[in-house]
Amino acid sequence: MSCASPCTTPKQVAIPADDGITPEMYRKIDVIVAAHKDKPGSLIPVLQKSQEVCGYLPHSVQRHIAKGMKISPSVVFGVATFYSFFTLVPRGKHVIRVCLGTACYVKRSEEIIDKLKGELGIKVGEITQDGKYSLEAVRCLGACGLAPVVVVGQDTYGDVAATKVMEIVKKYE
Amino acid sequence: MICAGTGCVANGSLKVKDAFDKELVARNLQNEIKVVLTGCNGFCAKGPVIVVYPEDIFYQQVRPEDVSHLVEEHFIKGRPVQKFLYTPPAKKDAIPVMNEIPFFKHQVLRALRNRSLIDAEKIEEYIARDGYMAAVKALTEMTPEQIVAEMKRSGLRGRGGAGFLTGLKWELCLKVKGDIKYILCNGDEGDPGAFMDRSVMEADPHSVLEGMIIAAKAIDAHYGYIYVRAEYPLAVHRLQLAIDQAKERGLLGKDILGTGFDLDIEIYQGAGAFVCGEETALMASIEGLRGMPRPKPPFPVYKGLFQRPSVLNNVETFANVPPIILHGADWHASLGTEKSKGTKVFALSGALNNIGLVEVPMGIPLKTIIYDIGGGIKGNRKFKAVQMGGPSGGCIPESLIDTPVDYENITKTGAIMGSGGMVVMDETTCMPAMAKFFLEFTEDESCGKCVPCRIGNKTLLTILERITNGEGREGDIDLLLQLSQQVKDASLCGLGQTSPNPILTTIKYFRDEYEAHIHEKRCPARVCTPLVKFKVNEEKCKKCGLCYKNCPVGAITWEKGKVASIDLEKCTKCKTCIKNCRFWAID
Repeated sequence: MSCASPCTTPKQVAIPADDGITPEMYRKIDVIVAAHKDKPGSLIPVLQKSQEVCGYLPHSVQRHIAKGMKISPSVVFGVATFYSFFTLVPRGKHVIRVCLGTACYVKRSEEIIDKLKGELGIKVGEITQDGKYSLEAVRCLGACGLAPVVVVGQDTYGDVAATKVMEIVKKYE
Repeated sequence: MICAGTGCVANGSLKVKDAFDKELVARNLQNEIKVVLTGCNGFCAKGPVIVVYPEDIFYQQVRPEDVSHLVEEHFIKGRPVQKFLYTPPAKKDAIPVMNEIPFFKHQVLRALRNRSLIDAEKIEEYIARDGYMAAVKALTEMTPEQIVAEMKRSGLRGRGGAGFLTGLKWELCLKVKGDIKYILCNGDEGDPGAFMDRSVMEADPHSVLEGMIIAAKAIDAHYGYIYVRAEYPLAVHRLQLAIDQAKERGLLGKDILGTGFDLDIEIYQGAGAFVCGEETALMASIEGLRGMPRPKPPFPVYKGLFQRPSVLNNVETFANVPPIILHGADWHASLGTEKSKGTKVFALSGALNNIGLVEVPMGIPLKTIIYDIGGGIKGNRKFKAVQMGGPSGGCIPESLIDTPVDYENITKTGAIMGSGGMVVMDETTCMPAMAKFFLEFTEDESCGKCVPCRIGNKTLLTILERITNGEGREGDIDLLLQLSQQVKDASLCGLGQTSPNPILTTIKYFRDEYEAHIHEKRCPARVCTPLVKFKVNEEKCKKCGLCYKNCPVGAITWEKGKVASIDLEKCTKCKTCIKNCRFWAID
């Protein structure tokens, strides 16, 4: 009997040679770490705040945090890869989030994702060449009354049609 | 009262508020008419929603540019504006008064008792509606044993899904000796299609805090966490504001109201992991670790957060607590069925006319929720099934629509009460594809700790993928059933123990659809693209030409009085024709 679920090659994430993290950012991270490190269970808030500073969490930043908090880098990596809130690759200037919750799914939000993938030429979790947009699929945003929902940056759009989604995206330059 | 829940804000309710403020100042009415932003009104699909008191007039879909007209007509000339009133589908006459609208008429508001009545960011307004009275009563007049006894007598069961008796949980923790105990609130509402906890946290954050204060007194805890999803920024903001205000007033912190009782509450933001809704995973997450569940026992009431005795309750459960303490257990138990007392909040979504948040007495027939409150199925389609309990739940078909909604009866159908998401599906939903959707979710969200969940769900998904791709094999249905049972039996936590439920219920009630996919290579709902032929069925075609008019690529030829035909060379399989055809004439 053949294997019912053949393994696929894991996606290789290209890490840019220059991760764009400035000394100023490291200084800010040091302040965050110093404020939290004596409190148990503070790794997740530290990562959240560091991501706000840097935009993402490259390995260099993770190692820096591990050193500051006196924990193993593997623990930091483990937590950073476990939660979907954290990203190890840079995000676009505008993040497009398409809700794939049940209510949105029933209203065909998959077609919106397919449309965006085609128009932007990227897959979910990727960023466009010019760094302008990145595309994410998210689990229920809790705005089911508006399904299907697309969020661009901080703005929520409800009742979005696949045919009209590019009009929304193009508003963000 | 202008709704400022996430739904209405997305529809521009804040701009409507600004327009009102300007208009009232321009007409020098700012001292007579007060504009208040409230939490979620519940009728989310009709946003932005405005309710005018004392007349109780309900306006929907008001745009900033309409405000001037509305003020002129309603507040100066004293007549409700027809254009913005609610009109039930297929009816002519509008219903101006909110509580006469079927969507609101059948509801009994207890957890949502302050809905559309208070400004969520002002503690004074909560207090004015008997807020914190129950906390005062619990702190000054009641012993922990009395609180526990009252809660047990009320029969309140956990609203997060499992339905464990709240009073019993508190009693177990009260009996455990320990100098440090934790009271925890689960606001990690992860089930797709559920948004009642978000609404409670945004609309009435103090009710959650008050419930936690009472619970803390009952189990003798002096420290609490509220775990909120990072996806709910507005909820975090309002909860934080509520905590700060409660501290200022001496309702939180050291020596609350001079009773000598201390309680500090802190918000902990989740970082996006569905499994963290499971109690032991949630605690691991607060400890700063990967949110992975651990085997129980020991149960968290004995060894929970940081290995200390802890009680974790859901947001809606806490919101239910203050009125029980204030009005007594009998008041709570006066509604509901023998084993399911009180009310439950449901989030209605999907193919319904009226989408939003509703609170109804336990035991109400499913039919009442879907047809009376929900207003029936949108666009004259046929009701097919309702999905309850998110990815852990199941589908309930039309034949069981008279089922009373309570813990026991819903469980009998194979679905679960869950946190209260109800996604209604019409005939355009394909059940095997729906099951695949949920398995994609659980496969993705499985934390990977135990093998049955990690590999079992992956394999279930692979089988569903081949069925929906038209590559289903003989015996696949039995294989799904067998493997599903094994995953349920052997998984470590609630995620794996319930993840095959969508498969099991869809096979139970819609086996014919699976068979059509596997044996006939046909998708009855025309959802699974590889199984759609894109061929016009000449017998069913009514020659109306709707498909021709709507095809975006001009692949359809049609003439008046003749059957349409699709040019497969040009067809991009976008399914616009299928969506527009009223007669299921495209195979």
